[in-house]
Amino acid sequence: MSATVLPPPPLQSERPLLKKILEQTNASLSPVLEITRDNIAVVWISPLAIRLTLQMLKEDSQNCLMLFDLTAIDERDRIHREGQPASSFTVVYHLMSLQSAADEVRIKVALPDHSPSLPSISDIWPNANWYEREIWDLFGIHFDQHPFLRRILTPPTWTDHPLRKDHHARATEKLPYSLTEDQEKYEQDALCFDPSLWGMKRHSDHSDFMFLNLGPNHPSVHGVFRIVLQLEGERIVDAVPDIGFHHRGAEKMGERQSWHTYIPYTDRVDYLGGVMNNFPYVMAVETLAGISVPPRAQMIRVMLAELFRIASHLVFYGTMAQDVGQLSPVFYMFTDREKIFRIIEAICGFRMHPAWFRIGGVAMDLPVGWEGLIRSFLDYLPKRLDEYDALVMRNPIFRARTQGIGAYTKAEAVEWGVTGPGLRACGLEWDYRKHAPYACYDQLEFDIPNGQNGDCYDRIVVHIEEIRQSLRIIRQCVDLMPSGPVKAEHSLTTPPPKARTMHDIETLIHHFLNVSWGPVIPPGEARACVEATKGLNSYSLISDGGTTSYRTRIRTPSFAHLQMIPLLSRGIMIADLIAVVGSIDFVMADVDR
Amino acid sequence: MSHLPLLAIFLIPAIILALATLLTWVERRLLGLWQDRHGPNRVGPGGLFQAVADGIKILFKQDWIPPFADKTVFVLAPSIGMMTVLLSFAAIPFTPLSGIAGTLNIGLLFILGMMGLGVYAVVLAGWASNSKYALLGGMRAAAQMISYEVFMGLSLLGVVMIAGSFNLHDIVTAQTHCWFILPQCLGFFIFLLAGIAETHRLPFDLPEGENELGAGFHTEYSGMKFGMFFIAEYAGIILISSLVTTLYLGGWLGPVLPAVVWFVLKTSGVVIFFILLRAALPRPRYDQLMALGWKILLPLSLLNVTATGTVLMLRAAG
Repeated sequence: MSATVLPPPPLQSERPLLKKILEQTNASLSPVLEITRDNIAVVWISPLAIRLTLQMLKEDSQNCLMLFDLTAIDERDRIHREGQPASSFTVVYHLMSLQSAADEVRIKVALPDHSPSLPSISDIWPNANWYEREIWDLFGIHFDQHPFLRRILTPPTWTDHPLRKDHHARATEKLPYSLTEDQEKYEQDALCFDPSLWGMKRHSDHSDFMFLNLGPNHPSVHGVFRIVLQLEGERIVDAVPDIGFHHRGAEKMGERQSWHTYIPYTDRVDYLGGVMNNFPYVMAVETLAGISVPPRAQMIRVMLAELFRIASHLVFYGTMAQDVGQLSPVFYMFTDREKIFRIIEAICGFRMHPAWFRIGGVAMDLPVGWEGLIRSFLDYLPKRLDEYDALVMRNPIFRARTQGIGAYTKAEAVEWGVTGPGLRACGLEWDYRKHAPYACYDQLEFDIPNGQNGDCYDRIVVHIEEIRQSLRIIRQCVDLMPSGPVKAEHSLTTPPPKARTMHDIETLIHHFLNVSWGPVIPPGEARACVEATKGLNSYSLISDGGTTSYRTRIRTPSFAHLQMIPLLSRGIMIADLIAVVGSIDFVMADVDR
Repeated sequence: MSHLPLLAIFLIPAIILALATLLTWVERRLLGLWQDRHGPNRVGPGGLFQAVADGIKILFKQDWIPPFADKTVFVLAPSIGMMTVLLSFAAIPFTPLSGIAGTLNIGLLFILGMMGLGVYAVVLAGWASNSKYALLGGMRAAAQMISYEVFMGLSLLGVVMIAGSFNLHDIVTAQTHCWFILPQCLGFFIFLLAGIAETHRLPFDLPEGENELGAGFHTEYSGMKFGMFFIAEYAGIILISSLVTTLYLGGWLGPVLPAVVWFVLKTSGVVIFFILLRAALPRPRYDQLMALGWKILLPLSLLNVTATGTVLMLRAAG
């Protein structure tokens, strides 16, 4: 089968970020420039120049340049690398400027096969810390001068680097697991807690610290998440988050599943977000395949995504109140969420993980009577939200527990890669749906709610206002729903169109192959990003012209947000930490993938 | 008449224990009602036997003591909690005739003393568990309960001054014309808050603080030893509610219905209010709770004592 290689789209003139990079680098080392299928510029920079370039970019940026993502690609098995410099491992720095419309650029660094290493940039962008640990853990790329280069997603006793192409993808590809007594002792010794390994001190000049292990089974850490606390009384001196308990190798699975069968896996990444996770994935595949989705499918996607945003925010709101000890709201809000699930079930047939989006559209048209269901919900929820305002947001104890707690500034938020409600709570009116409209968001009217103080209370306020805005968007979707097909007329959509298969043999063969193997997506790279429930969620896909993805990179908002916990928790009390953790709005599957 | 107190000594603790167990069911049903859900409704009529089922289950659980705990103190702690609460009931006059020692001349002081001892249960449990969460809970409990005992005592002074007696029987009879909740509304308010803090119920359940400390001081407890803390907590609610009834709501006094019915009705009302609070309010932070106590409630209770004293003196003079 020969896939058609599509020509890259033309270079846009409006790329200030790219211009700046080229200005800075062309004097010393000539960078290689390419434009990927998603119309984002890629600049290849030498490993020697990367630190300096990033440092200069950061200094020029007026606190508006975010290290959006930092990841790697194992290029050793890749066939289609036309126009790219030779590389065994490529480290990708994805930068995003928040000044006006989304201005993004990918900086790539080529590394050799043997002992690949790069200088760490965690002193330039603090959020690089975890990303570099992740790359070291999964790819074995060493970052020099990294303050804490330890395993992050796999256990500390792990020996391989799972995202390397020579690492097996399933347990059945290796010998059965057995545990000898020596190994058991080794594993258990590795679990013993030594504060110095975590970068913490046992005592100060005048007192001994107490170390408290919060999680991974603590009721208030929202899943399997562990924070090691260094305490003086109930006051937190230092906190070190420990993640990876929920790591399921979602990115590695992307390299095994066909383009189509990977969709249900995405549902489970942010398991409160449902189809919101399908959204960036199918958009990325469609960008690679050159499929344009019909307007009705776009509108259905937006409508369902916004329903899931409300459902997720309701869970956030209820559990937040629960975290500061208010027992009742969570029940009311789960009741409301149940009503959303009833609508979603009527449309998709599933509740939490509908896997409803398809490459090229959605699985089915809307059922008869969908309008009534949604309209009655749209009339129902605002009244309930007003009640919750009185119950929760205006409660003096609740205010005392959340106002002025866990605050960060706009600059800190950008520096740490905070997106979504957490970013808007600092007063930055920035929303991917407005600044880089995807699907049909450009046809819809809504406001970007924002706060001022960036504290727990403001984060909740922004979440609640977003629920109201989502209701507004859904109402417009119902009013404006165009008629027409719900799937693109394109041979690479899944399942492929069947109408003409019984008429000519060519179509029948293509249909047969596309159903049995799955579609063959043309080689290239594309990334799609959405304003998900918790922040920016993006899927970067690389196709090597096969039926599976060559590399699937999932950039999740929760990963970046959790990294801030040490910064937010120093000097506060345990009870405040619980409020901070609650207000961050994360799910561990979204962190660990 | 002579054998009646003896009977009461056996009957009243049994009734209190049964009621405390029943209260766990009442609370769950009421919370269910207020939170738009069912609550336990499967075992027996309306789920009434759920409390029994839970009791049986908890009795048959393995009696386990963590190897790292201080065994003697670990076992002692829940018994202290249970005993002090049950002993306190001795001084409560349920009706003019019944009660074990309703006419004890230091009745109120006795109850306050027992509550003071009750703090040991929580502190010792936290300490003996030898676990960090339990320790933090125990520390919170010690600070919270000792502080709130101060205002509790002070808030009651007003009542004692008006009635002129520590005898709970006399305090009730002194309310024949006017319940003390009217002249002593400030004292009532402070006593109620202190009472919630004493029984560590939401919003003042910081020693347990499930969102922060897992289960606080009783994190390491299981089986019947946990059950004793649990039942002691509910018996504590009944105790505080009975005290509120006795001191501020005229005890058994009331028209038409028999005295004991009035007492039970009033006490149940207060108990339900306790449960409603749990359904409605979030939990303040530890330092906020202490600040509320020392900076607001202490001055207020002193003010209450001063005002009551002044009024009484003026009245005596005039």
